[in-house]
Amino acid sequence: MASGTIQTSAPRGAGARISAALWRRPWVRAALLLTPPLAWFVFIYLASLGILLITAFWRINSFTTNIERVWNLGNFRTLLENATYRAIMLRTIGIAALVTVTDAVLALPFAYYMARVASRRAQTALFVAVLVPLWASYIARVYAWLLIFTHDGVLNWGLDKIGLGPVTLAYTNTAMWIVFSYLWLPFMILPVYAALERIPDSYLEASADLGARGGRTVAKVILPLALPGIVAGSIFTFSLTLGDFITPFLVGGTGSSFIGNVVYENVGVAGNIPFAAAFAIVPVVIMGLYLLGARRLGAFEAM
Amino acid sequence: MNDVQAPRAARAAVRLEGVRKRFGEVVAVDGVDLDVTEGEFFSILGPSGSGKTTCLRMIAGFEAPTEGRVWLGGQDVSGLPPYERDVNTVFQDYALFPHMTVGENVEYGLRVKKVPREERTKRMADALRMVRLEGFDRRKPVQLSGGQRQRVALARALVNRPKVLLLDEPLGALDLKLRQAMQIELKQIQQQVGLTFIYVTHDQEEALTMSDRLAVMNAGRVEQVGTPVEVYEQPATDFVAGFIGVSNLLERGGRHFTVRPEKIRMLGEGEAPEPGAHVEGGTVRDVVYVGMVTRYVVELDDGGELAVISQNFESAEQVLQAKGRLVRLAWRPDQTVTVRQQTEGQPDEEGVGA
Repeated sequence: MASGTIQTSAPRGAGARISAALWRRPWVRAALLLTPPLAWFVFIYLASLGILLITAFWRINSFTTNIERVWNLGNFRTLLENATYRAIMLRTIGIAALVTVTDAVLALPFAYYMARVASRRAQTALFVAVLVPLWASYIARVYAWLLIFTHDGVLNWGLDKIGLGPVTLAYTNTAMWIVFSYLWLPFMILPVYAALERIPDSYLEASADLGARGGRTVAKVILPLALPGIVAGSIFTFSLTLGDFITPFLVGGTGSSFIGNVVYENVGVAGNIPFAAAFAIVPVVIMGLYLLGARRLGAFEAM
Repeated sequence: MNDVQAPRAARAAVRLEGVRKRFGEVVAVDGVDLDVTEGEFFSILGPSGSGKTTCLRMIAGFEAPTEGRVWLGGQDVSGLPPYERDVNTVFQDYALFPHMTVGENVEYGLRVKKVPREERTKRMADALRMVRLEGFDRRKPVQLSGGQRQRVALARALVNRPKVLLLDEPLGALDLKLRQAMQIELKQIQQQVGLTFIYVTHDQEEALTMSDRLAVMNAGRVEQVGTPVEVYEQPATDFVAGFIGVSNLLERGGRHFTVRPEKIRMLGEGEAPEPGAHVEGGTVRDVVYVGMVTRYVVELDDGGELAVISQNFESAEQVLQAKGRLVRLAWRPDQTVTVRQQTEGQPDEEGVGA
């Protein structure tokens, strides 16, 4: 190479030579930077997923509860044929979807206010308000809701004061829906905020200038431009709900199991790891499909 | 209230009446009166911070005047939102909707007005043809060059056939060659459609070449309104004289006046001045060779400094040796213009409403 013949007048130290050599070979730099995280990703993350996938096609001996390394589709057949498991799957996906929609509806006006209306100070205050709950323990926050929902809790006390009868919310799907929506709302607000903040004022002015009232501007300009942010947020709200098992355990009661609860029981109590693995693959597959769809909507540019 | 029409407002496409605009402590527009005649190419020229863009935004309806009234074709629109005003704007950053195609952008205003699809498509195609972007309707704005985006923005505004088209420094982001080509094109389109154009710019050459009339603004006030010739030949204030061309201000016997540098003759040795011409002696302080002409800065013996522009009849060597030489300058008294000294704002001051 011609570059190898270039001579410099001053002698240089080893550090300078290494740095110059790296500067000439960008791929070496990239390899040095990426090897540690890539190794972590491949050996810890992907490998464990691979083992999960493989285990799902094994079975246990029902007498000894030992794992038998025999390839079969029995676990998946059980998942699809057993009505209880089908109901749990549908409940998990349904509530995850409902939580996602709820958070999107709540986050849009909130993020809009934060991004485009609020003063600098108000904006900072709102940011803190959105982020502070994330510093508190997840368990504490779920229990706090339980205190609100319980029969003689804050909610019923308040309803009683204004003459509305007591409601039974604790240990219901409704309670799960509310708690999940609360828990993951910040993860929706932030990407939607990022998307809305990037819209120049002149787009909104141009829309009004061309005769559009507020409603049309929202529908035709703001929402389409906020959509990547909403999809990005929904990846968080949907996947976090899909994989959760603590909130269903604490506020969902007996008839409100999620996929995660079944996995937990099969790993711990029943000791049926192949079945747990098979069920754990369901949310992975759903999220994979979801991400493919999200990529088509340009969500990854808004994250 | 609205049916009480000011008599002059009937002829005017746009009329500003004692308009003031305050942003907190800052007064961006400080009592502006303007009449823009129908079918006119009217420019508002001024440095950044002079309030020209704020004036335009009050006509469009993006800002409400703190005081005063805005009239559009005889109707008081001061309190109306932008979507109820029959004006359209070409934005400085074009503001094309990135998620829509060029065609959808151009059709946006027609869709709002519920124009039937067939007519909509036809008018969209016509508008794109007018700005020479035929067949670009399926592209996205990101796939276009700056000049093409600018023309889409123009088509998107023109397709609505507004009473008045507002242009906010629409050529500011283009390079010089493209800008000059677009200046001609804009003027042609304006004459073709016969619309009233209000054109905001800080580029004096642009304003002079394109406008039927222009208003020169400084520090929130209008300094002068007139045709390009009037504003250039008879600047009303020292600011106008300085902002349009070179200021060349002198004071002789208590009279403040300006002489344009190209109207001053640098006399050769022994050369007699024109009869009746005013002659003063001075020293050449600076020589700038600009190719076609040379610009001299001459310090006058009686005080003051004048820029003089001469065509390069002589060789470049001789021209460049002129520095430090004693010269005589001559100009005809009828080519001096008395100006008011009233402006405190600086031409390059930055501020609100740029």
